[in-house]
Amino acid sequence: MSDTVAPMLSVIPSRALVDENFKVVVENLPPGSPVTLHSLHQCEDKHYWEAYGHYTSNHRGTVSVTDDLSFGGTYTGKEAMGLLWSMRPVPGSREGLRLRKRNVCSPLLVNLSVYRGHVVEGFREQAPLASSLTERWYMAPGVQRIQIREKGVRGTLFLPPGPGPFPGLLDMWGGGGGLVEYRSALLGSHGYASLALEYFAPGEMKSADLEFNYFETAFNIVKDHPQVMPDKVGIFGLSLGAILTILLAAESSVVKPSCCVCISGNHLLPRGVTIKEALNMKSPKIRLDENNYEIWRDMGLPIPDDPTHKIDVGRINCPIMLVNGQDDQNWAAVESSDDIAQMMRAAGNLHLLTRLHYPDAGHLIEPPYTPHFRATKFVKDTKEKVILLWGGQTKPHSHAQEDSWKKILAFLEQNLYSSPTLKAKM
Amino acid sequence: MDRKQCCVKLSVQPSRGLMDEKFIVLVQNVFPGFQLTLHALHKCEDGHSWEAFAHYTTSAIGAVNVSEDPSLGGTYSGVEPMGLLWSLRPVPGSKPWLRMRKMNVQTPMEVTISVYPGHQTEGFLDQVPLASVVVERWYMAPGVRRIPVTEAGLTATLFLPPGPGPFPGLLDLWGGGGKLVEYRSALLASHGFASLALDYLTPKVTIETGKMVDNQYFERALKVLEQHPQILSSRIAMIGLSLGTSITLKMAVNSQVVKLRCVVCISGSHVQPADGSVEQIMSFFNKNAEKTCFNNENHMICRDLLLPIPTDPSLKVDMGQLQCPLLLVVGEDDQNWPAHESALDIKEMMERAGNSHLLTLLSYPDTGHLIEPPFTPFAKASSFRAVSSRQKLVALWGGETAAHSRAQEDSWRKTLVFLRANLYGGVNTCLTSFSNL
Repeated sequence: MSDTVAPMLSVIPSRALVDENFKVVVENLPPGSPVTLHSLHQCEDKHYWEAYGHYTSNHRGTVSVTDDLSFGGTYTGKEAMGLLWSMRPVPGSREGLRLRKRNVCSPLLVNLSVYRGHVVEGFREQAPLASSLTERWYMAPGVQRIQIREKGVRGTLFLPPGPGPFPGLLDMWGGGGGLVEYRSALLGSHGYASLALEYFAPGEMKSADLEFNYFETAFNIVKDHPQVMPDKVGIFGLSLGAILTILLAAESSVVKPSCCVCISGNHLLPRGVTIKEALNMKSPKIRLDENNYEIWRDMGLPIPDDPTHKIDVGRINCPIMLVNGQDDQNWAAVESSDDIAQMMRAAGNLHLLTRLHYPDAGHLIEPPYTPHFRATKFVKDTKEKVILLWGGQTKPHSHAQEDSWKKILAFLEQNLYSSPTLKAKM
Repeated sequence: MDRKQCCVKLSVQPSRGLMDEKFIVLVQNVFPGFQLTLHALHKCEDGHSWEAFAHYTTSAIGAVNVSEDPSLGGTYSGVEPMGLLWSLRPVPGSKPWLRMRKMNVQTPMEVTISVYPGHQTEGFLDQVPLASVVVERWYMAPGVRRIPVTEAGLTATLFLPPGPGPFPGLLDLWGGGGKLVEYRSALLASHGFASLALDYLTPKVTIETGKMVDNQYFERALKVLEQHPQILSSRIAMIGLSLGTSITLKMAVNSQVVKLRCVVCISGSHVQPADGSVEQIMSFFNKNAEKTCFNNENHMICRDLLLPIPTDPSLKVDMGQLQCPLLLVVGEDDQNWPAHESALDIKEMMERAGNSHLLTLLSYPDTGHLIEPPFTPFAKASSFRAVSSRQKLVALWGGETAAHSRAQEDSWRKTLVFLRANLYGGVNTCLTSFSNL
């Protein structure tokens, strides 16, 4: 064995929330040496995901991912978190994989390693120079996870630690169905009592009996919780969840959200029909791309002029934030967002609207520092398994996730946490 | 203040950290110029509750940043980012003379940090706070491996950093209380050092045979480190506290088996029968047992057992023969060992012999005997059952809370830098990865 001690790879903090930054530093390398920084994660479905960047150490033998530039790999440039967001399935993996953590009580474990030279493949066949493990958590210590089975409503409530009372959130995902907890777990870690709502099983979007009343009841479960401030409850939705958010904000006489966040949604739900009927009315305008992935964005186009084919957004009377990707291949989200703005201007409530549009970002704008998926498997109502094109290019999409999440948290804080003195100044 | 209207925001970053990492405690969303109390609560493994508290006044924007704002009173005062941890003390009504030591290093220390209105000094647990969060403090970084070692008749635990290595190795010795104390080794491994925590007073072999271990026991421990496939045999060091220092100094000077790269000696002395066994060292102390004093509270003061520092060379480790760097850490108010006096004598011996360039002496005023990794509660005196006497007494360790805690923080950082420089080598040792300590 040589007399050389291994280089030191450190990740600070070694345990963090999923949306927190870290600093990755390698020391004790020979000066000016080309190295590859590599991340590896085995998800719950047992698939391997990896990312890597090519660096050169400085005269002191140090590489700092936060300060140095990557000149090759799954990301380039100065990207402190690139080793996380640029992860993709390792070569040889199945098509259309998506990384989603189901068990939010345990952390995502990511192995970080440094290899000699600028390596592009075969990482697991070589020994790294050094490696370290980092934990990425959806739940902060003290956050409580509570199963909700009440009044027919199914979901999971995440309560921040402490006596409260806390502002509340109703959190809804999209057409994939099931119960997706991680965003609510993260929101609970940021001080919001957040209910992740299950409203249909995967593959049953069109057949589920989606009663408007179900969502109102869910909202009230949050609002009536003893540790929630009843006048500070908002709604957060993505995709179909965002459509439902807009619908509740505009149409419900029962629920009055304090604010709404709508990611990759639209207002294209015809009036006067049930949600189920509306969802089944969509014309089968599905296109296929060169890989046979399904593109659904045309289904909403052209945006109808007839207001009865759209949610009456003029009736929304709380602050609402729309977040959309300009490369959304699943919904015509940006076009819809433009139309929403027009309608709200005409109705005189445009001052409530904040719109964030991100170039080259796709449909699935999620909390930051998790991989981007341009296309993934999806179970349709017919139980047919297809691959849907969500859109987006990895780097701009990941930047959109990072930027939008910060802005969403600031928006929620302003509307749900703002102190009386600050409010008076506005 | 109507609680349903204005919700105080409390955050601690990071919410999960290593035991020696600093955190930032922030209170926001309060009215400006508002008085509040920050409170920490921890229930230790023995079931005792510990608390700390401090009084603050919110700024013009209605916030408190514990890292920047002064505490106006409580269990600590002034600007003390980590005061809520190091000033923890048993809650009123607790058993006296407690000492907090985590024995299970695989789980975190959980601390609940809360905010209360006004400047309060008691009755925290009978009220509902304005806000509270939970913080986890870990001895083991993710990926650190904990490996019990029973080969070669040893009772020990090896902590390996994550990764392929090879790593420098450390033999870690505690003091006269015995038992297998793992937390310092766990933390050292979290910083890149393979560290072997060794029980040498109450190991299995002593429990079973009634005989104390001989010098070969320590040599065997060093060999375990040396021969480990992921440890670099040319980079082995030792760290000792109290009685552990006696053994460390002895081995650094006398050991023929392993050449130590450097040693760290905390709160100890070189005064002992030169190259004596553990048993011989213990009987040497017991011979002077009549020099034990007791203060007004009947706390035992042992520092005089080794005083005055002898001039007879057979009663001291020959420090002039030391050939590796030595970091000596002593508290000037150590009531248990004459560490400070010993340090001065060591320095003199080395200056005379011409090897004093190897010595780095860190001497801290108002600091006691138990100089441990930072941000854990301070005990000026605690119940102690020395392995040799079997008597349960209260030992006076010395020190004053704030000064001792500062010494722990400073000496730990310097210990890590010293170990890095000597074991990871290189002139260009970058201190980046210690910037958060």
